[in-house]
Amino acid sequence: MTPRRRRLTLVLGVLAGVAIAGGLTLRALRANVMFFFDPSQVVAGEAPHDQRFRLGGMVEKGSVRRAPGSLEVNFVVTDFRHELPVRYTGVLPDLFREGQGVVAHGRIGTNGVFVADEVLAKHDEKYMPPEVARALKKEAATAAGSARTGS
Amino acid sequence: MLPELGHFALILALLLAGLQAFFGIAGAHLRRDRWLAAVAPAVAGQFVMVATAIACLVTAFVSHDFSVRYVAENSNSALPLFYRVTALWGAHEGSLLLWIFLLAAWTLAVAFGAARLPARFSARVLGVLGVVSFGFLLFTLATSNPFLRLIPAAPDGRDLNPILQDPALAIHPPILYTGYVGFAVAFAFACAAMLEGRLDQAWARWTRPWTTSAWAFLTVGIALGSWWAYYELGWGGFWFWDPVENASFMPWLVGTALVHSLAVTDKRGLFKSWTLLLAILAFSLSLLGTFLVRSGVLVSVHSFAADPTRGIFILAFLIIMIGGSLTLYAWRAPLLRSSAGFELGARESFLLFNNILLVIAAAIVFGGTMAPLIADALGLPTLSVGLPYFNPTFLMPILPLLALLPVGLHANWKKGRLAEKQRAILATLAVAFVLALAVSFGVFAQGRILTLVGLTLGPWIILSSLLDPVDRWRRKLSLSRSVLGMTIAHVGVGLFVIGITVVQSFTQEHDVALARGETAAVGGYEFRFEGVRSMEGPNYDGVRGSVVVTRRAAPLGTLYPEKRRYWVQGTVTTEAAIQMNRGTNLLIALGDDLGAGRWSVRIQVRPLISLVWLAALIMAIGGALAGSDRRYHLPARSAAEAVADTAAAKEGAG
Repeated sequence: MTPRRRRLTLVLGVLAGVAIAGGLTLRALRANVMFFFDPSQVVAGEAPHDQRFRLGGMVEKGSVRRAPGSLEVNFVVTDFRHELPVRYTGVLPDLFREGQGVVAHGRIGTNGVFVADEVLAKHDEKYMPPEVARALKKEAATAAGSARTGS
Repeated sequence: MLPELGHFALILALLLAGLQAFFGIAGAHLRRDRWLAAVAPAVAGQFVMVATAIACLVTAFVSHDFSVRYVAENSNSALPLFYRVTALWGAHEGSLLLWIFLLAAWTLAVAFGAARLPARFSARVLGVLGVVSFGFLLFTLATSNPFLRLIPAAPDGRDLNPILQDPALAIHPPILYTGYVGFAVAFAFACAAMLEGRLDQAWARWTRPWTTSAWAFLTVGIALGSWWAYYELGWGGFWFWDPVENASFMPWLVGTALVHSLAVTDKRGLFKSWTLLLAILAFSLSLLGTFLVRSGVLVSVHSFAADPTRGIFILAFLIIMIGGSLTLYAWRAPLLRSSAGFELGARESFLLFNNILLVIAAAIVFGGTMAPLIADALGLPTLSVGLPYFNPTFLMPILPLLALLPVGLHANWKKGRLAEKQRAILATLAVAFVLALAVSFGVFAQGRILTLVGLTLGPWIILSSLLDPVDRWRRKLSLSRSVLGMTIAHVGVGLFVIGITVVQSFTQEHDVALARGETAAVGGYEFRFEGVRSMEGPNYDGVRGSVVVTRRAAPLGTLYPEKRRYWVQGTVTTEAAIQMNRGTNLLIALGDDLGAGRWSVRIQVRPLISLVWLAALIMAIGGALAGSDRRYHLPARSAAEAVADTAAAKEGAG
């Protein structure tokens, strides 16, 4: 092979490698991302039934219940239009609190309860996950809009 | 008065940075030696001004000056002195100031080191650093001034975020930033070479020590952050693919590629334009990392409220710096051809593959980190990318990278004569594989494929790295610091692989509900819960639990996990208790009072997790050692040159 041909082969090889890696990465990305839904979307049936997803909203005041002495905890996540009961077994994060924003990872159980395997409440008092903030803002806007049309 | 003085010092620093940039770049371009003579004094003056600004802000923190908004937001009269000082970089504005200070310090060091470089080249390097500094100072003064007053003054401060009140995190940002900023030096060298239109092996030799030390700092910085996340956030492991972690990891990956590509440019004069591109990329990712983390664009622990003007300024700055340097690259890089060739089995090919695989790995991390942002910008459904994407995808380039390392180490430059070393390479591989089998089945009594692969690769890398140095040592030949440093860093890589494999394969964790006197068994250890007691610290109160640990009835001690409530912000933090036992980390975190006398307790048994951080430290030590090799020390310039320069400087001053 002439040096030129060799360089061309090398460049083509590298390009092919990068293309394959890029393709596989995109595939992995498509198969492994988790989508976010708020309770209204879940109630409307938009969330997948056979896949894990992120549920976000506020922990409804007065909704946190534990079976005494057990790790299982039940609470309700709300976006102030619809509610969704959530069940979780394990240690809750420090900033988990009623009336605060929360994101739960998990899937919908058979009885309509969201079974979470991970609960996130971020490390800032004033922090609200941006998705939650946006979902709540959207709900507030639609609520205001429907109030206007109603009057 | 002091805050105003600090503010004024920053404005002066901005002007000096502008002068430094102008005189450095324009002076070199127009060949005005008098202008060049003004560059070094501007660097020194800028350093003094930025140091003054930092001192003013520290004084405001230490003396509880709550009339300064930034102090009022990030400190409190009950905050201990140490954290009052480190609170300086507890939020966005102060972090920027720290960045600027470290850049000024690096620039000063470069100015001293570069006194031995050709005058025009060193002026260009300092000029480019001046541009970077100018951008950061302008950003700080325009959008994120830490010296703004709060009128009327707050009676007391809102306190430093309690999770930042921790010794490891106190030193994590300065070290991490030292690494980021260090890549600015490599970037400046690259830009100067392109402006000059000349890049020779001497250039690579000047650039190498700076790049390698920056890389070493970044390594330590990332390891500290990972360690902190482990014990303070109670995330449990050593890596979570959190956007913030990724932001620091991407420049590390590209920086690692740069360190290796510079070796080829230095020894063989090859990969020139590729090295330049990597230098640009490493610094661009450092910039992206700094800004993404602190601007609140990424959703993470570190994020602060997003401010739209900041976002636009950041975007503009990134476009100018990255776009500008890439334009320069497109224009000038074709001038810098390499002419030599090499064979497929030669060391150059291995380093080429090393570079390609590292850049692919960086691209994978980049894709996963940016996908949510891009989806968001395009109005697609909100998505998040986590472990299920990163873990398997990242291994695709990294496993071949690790497998090539023990082979490539023995390849010669230029000629592919690997056959001579074939026996030694295969022998180390065989030994490593037997070790892997023994550890996997003998100690842990299980063996998955990935576990075996990892446990083989780790020892193989270590053994193979040690072959040549040990041989030289036995024959009483000298070892240069750069070879020694490289060996240590590669041994670090091997240890790192072993650590990660063992942690990932053999970790056991459970959340349990325990009443006083009850015992939980996890991973061969027994944990007896002895209840909780209330306690009080300087600026918090809380409860402290005690857990007695035993292994096969032999007592190992008592652990005291805490749950603290910081008074000012009312924030609750979990202080996990950690004990090391024969290389295994036992971590206990207190959960909630479950009622009926029980508490939820998180118990984790992670073998060899400390090795991961230790190995990172070893890599960094190797880097530091390699960077200090004598072959990078520049000979003093000839007397004639020096005299000419001083004359020019005198003229310039007069």
